[in-house]
Amino acid sequence: MKAAVIVFPGSNRERDAVAALETVSGVKPYEVWHRDTELPQVDLIVVPGGFSYGDYLRSGAMAAHSPIMREVKARADKGVRVLGVCNGFQIITEAGLLPGALRRNAGLKFICKQVALRVENTDSDFTAKYRKGQIVRYPVAHGDGNYWADADTIKRLEDQGQVAFRYVAADGGDDPLGNPNGSAAAIAGIFNEKKTVLGLMPHPEDAVETLHGNTDGRPMFQGLVDALQ
Amino acid sequence: MRPALTEAAVTPEIAAEHGLTADEYQRVLEIMGRVPTLTELGIFSVMWSEHCSYKSSKVWLTTLPTTGAQVICGPGENAGVVDFGDGDAIIFKMESHNHPSFIEPYQGAATGVGGILRDVFTMGARPIANMNALRFGSPDHAKTRHLVSGVVSGIGGYGNCVGVPTVGGETNFHESYNGNILVNAMTVGVAKADRIFYSAAAGIGNPVVYVGSKTGRDGIHGATMASAEFSEDSEEKRPTVQVGDPFTEKLLIEACLELMDTDAIVAIQDMGAAGLTSSSVEMAGKGGLGIELVLDHVPMRETGMSPYEIMLSESQERMLIILKPGREEIARKIFEKWELDFAVIGHLTDTGRLVLKMHGQVWADMPIAPISNRAPVYERPWEPTPPQPEVDEGVWDGWNLSLEETLVKLVSGPDQASKRWIWEQYDSLVGGDTRFMSGQAAAAVVRLPNQKKAVAITTDCTPRYVKADPVRGGAQAVAEAYRNLSAVGALPLAVTDNLNFGNPEKPRIMGQIVGAIQGMGEACRALDFPVVSGNVSLYNETNGEAILPTPAIGAVGSLPDAMLAVGIAFKNEGDTILVVGETKGHIGQSLFLREILGREEGPPPPVDLKAERRNGEFVRALVLDGLVTASHDVSDGGLLVAVAEMAMAGGVGAHITGLDGAHPKVLFGEDQARYVLAVRPDKAEAVQARAREAGVPVTVLGTTRGTALTGRGGEAISIERLRKANEAWLPAYMTAGVE
Repeated sequence: MKAAVIVFPGSNRERDAVAALETVSGVKPYEVWHRDTELPQVDLIVVPGGFSYGDYLRSGAMAAHSPIMREVKARADKGVRVLGVCNGFQIITEAGLLPGALRRNAGLKFICKQVALRVENTDSDFTAKYRKGQIVRYPVAHGDGNYWADADTIKRLEDQGQVAFRYVAADGGDDPLGNPNGSAAAIAGIFNEKKTVLGLMPHPEDAVETLHGNTDGRPMFQGLVDALQ
Repeated sequence: MRPALTEAAVTPEIAAEHGLTADEYQRVLEIMGRVPTLTELGIFSVMWSEHCSYKSSKVWLTTLPTTGAQVICGPGENAGVVDFGDGDAIIFKMESHNHPSFIEPYQGAATGVGGILRDVFTMGARPIANMNALRFGSPDHAKTRHLVSGVVSGIGGYGNCVGVPTVGGETNFHESYNGNILVNAMTVGVAKADRIFYSAAAGIGNPVVYVGSKTGRDGIHGATMASAEFSEDSEEKRPTVQVGDPFTEKLLIEACLELMDTDAIVAIQDMGAAGLTSSSVEMAGKGGLGIELVLDHVPMRETGMSPYEIMLSESQERMLIILKPGREEIARKIFEKWELDFAVIGHLTDTGRLVLKMHGQVWADMPIAPISNRAPVYERPWEPTPPQPEVDEGVWDGWNLSLEETLVKLVSGPDQASKRWIWEQYDSLVGGDTRFMSGQAAAAVVRLPNQKKAVAITTDCTPRYVKADPVRGGAQAVAEAYRNLSAVGALPLAVTDNLNFGNPEKPRIMGQIVGAIQGMGEACRALDFPVVSGNVSLYNETNGEAILPTPAIGAVGSLPDAMLAVGIAFKNEGDTILVVGETKGHIGQSLFLREILGREEGPPPPVDLKAERRNGEFVRALVLDGLVTASHDVSDGGLLVAVAEMAMAGGVGAHITGLDGAHPKVLFGEDQARYVLAVRPDKAEAVQARAREAGVPVTVLGTTRGTALTGRGGEAISIERLRKANEAWLPAYMTAGVE
């Protein structure tokens, strides 16, 4: 699998994404500067976390208009897999690859901790290596992770199996206390309709090796590697 | 068009307003041979401020040990550098931002983080971890909640955005900090040992380059503010607090590191306290050269700025670089890529003078060498702190709580309570190399990027000990840092010190400074633990009331493999719990005495540096040999609190058999040089044999098991109850402030 990680001014988890991809696939991904207008031939594009443009204006809003994003959208339209994590989720949402928006956390504070997630749909290259309903733990680290969309959109996401991950309590139950940021329907991550684009707030790339305390993120990258060989 | 610009003529009164004493002003007149211009006076005043010149502490700081085989660069540069093996170097420093954080907690703390990051990446290091040591006033004080909230969001707001993990530190509360909080921020970075960048300018004619943010009117005279006591009107000093932009800092890190990969740089320094003044004067001074700046070329955020304002601005995220001739375009391209300002603002000269030009006019022309070598140095009078009498045996009559209630109260007091509410606001994981935050282990452990080995990091100080006996307290702070590093299995390498005290012009306070430095020096020598960088913050007084003397120690150690490090959490049932070190039951200045009996008295525990070293080496070897499943140093609250913390962290209890009939001073005394370890039961005998061989006292405390702390008498203290109490205090305190 060949992958590219997009780097914006203010990206800061590109190193984590590169390390996770290299650890699992054995191939070092390309790092592509946001001002570039062309992408190498890749099977996966990762839009990493961080504070692109310092979160000025609105998280992800400025990066969504970077020159490279036109190319990212064109590739996504052709079915190239796109993974947006944290600020990357905010950016691809702002860029219109996914519906909805990410607002300030309900608690108004940045929050960094391990969270429990339920895998809601395994019918994608991102989630194929998980069991449906499996409870996994990834860390979150964000201030603006409160997913919002209007009721019709939420219904459509639910009906079409576009909800990828949902925040749950540590024991796997639907407990609002498991929702760290007030997201609608406790949504932590969503797919596009074709399940070729995934955006999520938690960080699978920081749950890949023993040092991270758990390796629940590894199957996501393994699933992509296996599907996109 | 050239704006009309004139400066006020300098008078002795104006000099006094700049914080210069009559003697100091006289010295300025001698150096200049004439009355200085206002810009020149401003430069003298900031360079001779306590903050920049260390004039009260210098004679004592020079007594600290600063050398060792592991030291690549000691004090005097932007940060300290130690050898980390395999061609790697660790660069680190701790620095205070106390005064600004009290006045404007968010920006004060944020720019504190930004400043210390710059000190570290200036030398060529990629920052890989931040820590911070915070001291707030009494929780009951009206301002404390607001200050905690602002400081924590400021640290998070800056550190999270630049993408450097904040991996821990310490947070204490005491009424002596009501009017002067302490915000001590530490950064640790990694560089190649043969690619360290220094600040001494070289090469006559070489271009002087300004990069980063534009210069505004913020922070003018910040260094002078940080060199005076507070009074009721301190709120009016808000305009002297700088405003930070972590996004620009992130770009500056990447741009500087990219430039450092080329051969373009001769010397580089950040513009921190006293901004363009200290960077230009220090760089030229260290190189024995002169420097001429054309201030018209300085990128400015505001119009109509005077030379005085430009030179004294403490606008953030700026660096001064001396380039090799002809490398300007290489450098410009890099900074333009990162969308940062880049300007050639002058050149080096052979005159030994600082010359400042603007609008075609000369605003300062002064010799550089005397600014540092004729800077005032004071041997201030001092008096030793009188020794405290031993605690009267009668204090125990005042203890009327059960063991369980005592422990609950200890683990839920402001100092000991979980600081989760704070550290969950910090991104502790970015980079993917965080093995432990401090709290999960006796020290934080962060792996070096793309390597196995790791750096262990700790910050320590027990101010109540230092107040009672500065010499012993100073030694204890160093010893505890050594212990925390050893507990995770790391080899302690070197120390950065952040000395926070009151007004040094008072002999009693000066005595605390002198004593603490003596104690630190003794400990650093005995433990082969040199001081490689540091910072001094004096005048932490409000209306004549000083803070507790707080010589905060930051320290780093090395681990050959991050995965060998051991945390505090009990992991298994059935492990044998051992106490390393001798328990005598020293109760003076203990947390128990203060929290349970309401008394702050007695001498602090004695520090036996030979025992510290021997016990530390013993524990470190056990950890590296894979014999230890959990490891914790014994400090605040004593033995039982250490065991409770290990149980709470792991969710595994302990059956304690080694304390039957023990006097409470054994349970809660704060004797030094001690550790609690858990080892697999089949290894316990071997460990004890090794201890006998090494001459290290080791006793069996009990066994890990169940979900409570139990004893032979059938008593049981629920871990869940302790954990709830431990976790509840800070969130309850912070939410109580929301009306």
